[in-house]
Amino acid sequence: MKTKQERYRKLFLSTFQLSACTFGGGFVIIPLMRKKFVEELHWIEEQEMMDLTAIAQSSPGAIAVNASILVGYHVAGLPGALLTVLGTVLPPLIIISVISFFYAAFRDSAIVNMTMAGLLAGVAAVICDVVITMGKGILREKRLLPAAVLFLSFAAVRFFEINIIAVILVCGVIGAADTLLRERAGKEKL
Amino acid sequence: MIYLKLFWSFFQIGLFSIGGGYAAMPLIEHQVVELHSWLTMTQFADIMAIAEMTPGPIAINSATFTGIQVAGLVGALAATAGCVLPSCVIVMTLAWVYYRFRGLTIVQGILAGLRPAVVAMIASAGLSLMKLSFFGPQSPSGGGSGVDYVAVAIFAAGLLVLRKWKVSPIYVMGGAGLTGVLLYILL
Repeated sequence: MKTKQERYRKLFLSTFQLSACTFGGGFVIIPLMRKKFVEELHWIEEQEMMDLTAIAQSSPGAIAVNASILVGYHVAGLPGALLTVLGTVLPPLIIISVISFFYAAFRDSAIVNMTMAGLLAGVAAVICDVVITMGKGILREKRLLPAAVLFLSFAAVRFFEINIIAVILVCGVIGAADTLLRERAGKEKL
Repeated sequence: MIYLKLFWSFFQIGLFSIGGGYAAMPLIEHQVVELHSWLTMTQFADIMAIAEMTPGPIAINSATFTGIQVAGLVGALAATAGCVLPSCVIVMTLAWVYYRFRGLTIVQGILAGLRPAVVAMIASAGLSLMKLSFFGPQSPSGGGSGVDYVAVAIFAAGLLVLRKWKVSPIYVMGGAGLTGVLLYILL
């Protein structure tokens, strides 16, 4: 019983720490988790961690949250998953709550205003960088379908103001159909 | 019932933000700015900037921020819970499928099909932020009309540094904030 509690405590504290140190969200947390749970604690095997990563990436939602659910469940079942979700969500929840509290009071100050204007230009640059990198990756495939989906969905969202969820659903179906067709074509060749 | 509305909005964001990272951004803008007018475009841009500089996923950061602005701490909890719930259910289901059938070919196919669309939507939301940054009402030197050249310069310098030396975004953000204060005071 003692060891079980100890395990719960460690699960929560580990994910809390990892989440508190993961800036920008997303992918950064995966190698950190691997280090903690595979190398330090030996709770998960190397191959298992790679499987968990594949599932976390394939699911909707934040990768950090998805990965911690899987790790928690893997190590200690449903209570483990609940603890790791809590550990992952709490740091941003606390930090943003504190910032929101000050935000209302400080947003009108000139200095904050200037900082935010500078930060906004910085965010725009970061997002532009992400879009260039991801876009290049897609165009480099040299296939017509992904390129067409890229430009058509941009036009749909930007110029025709079509609901994004509708675009996501349609493109998901296209992706599934494409995979099935290509798989079938591959099998026929054999 | 505002708590339920927050929960439902962020439930949809959690459910449809596929591809991680910035995939949630266009959905958040759609729900929070366009559909419900919970945040102004400037506030949305602010939370994107704050999210970039604080730990945690963008969706969780935005859920907390929006929840607090609209309905206090309980609102933040409702929005965050909504955001996380789809992940919990779907991740578990996929994990079961994965271990049962040893593969996620179709899921990965859907994901691959979605990737270009996700890039397109991030590009569109990014463009809105860029427009706000260059021409927006909030830039101290822009005054609502004309181009804010300070913002354009920071953007260009930031992009150059990111592309050329692949520095971490957090440093670009720090630099952008500092440069902003300095330049707006000087000019």
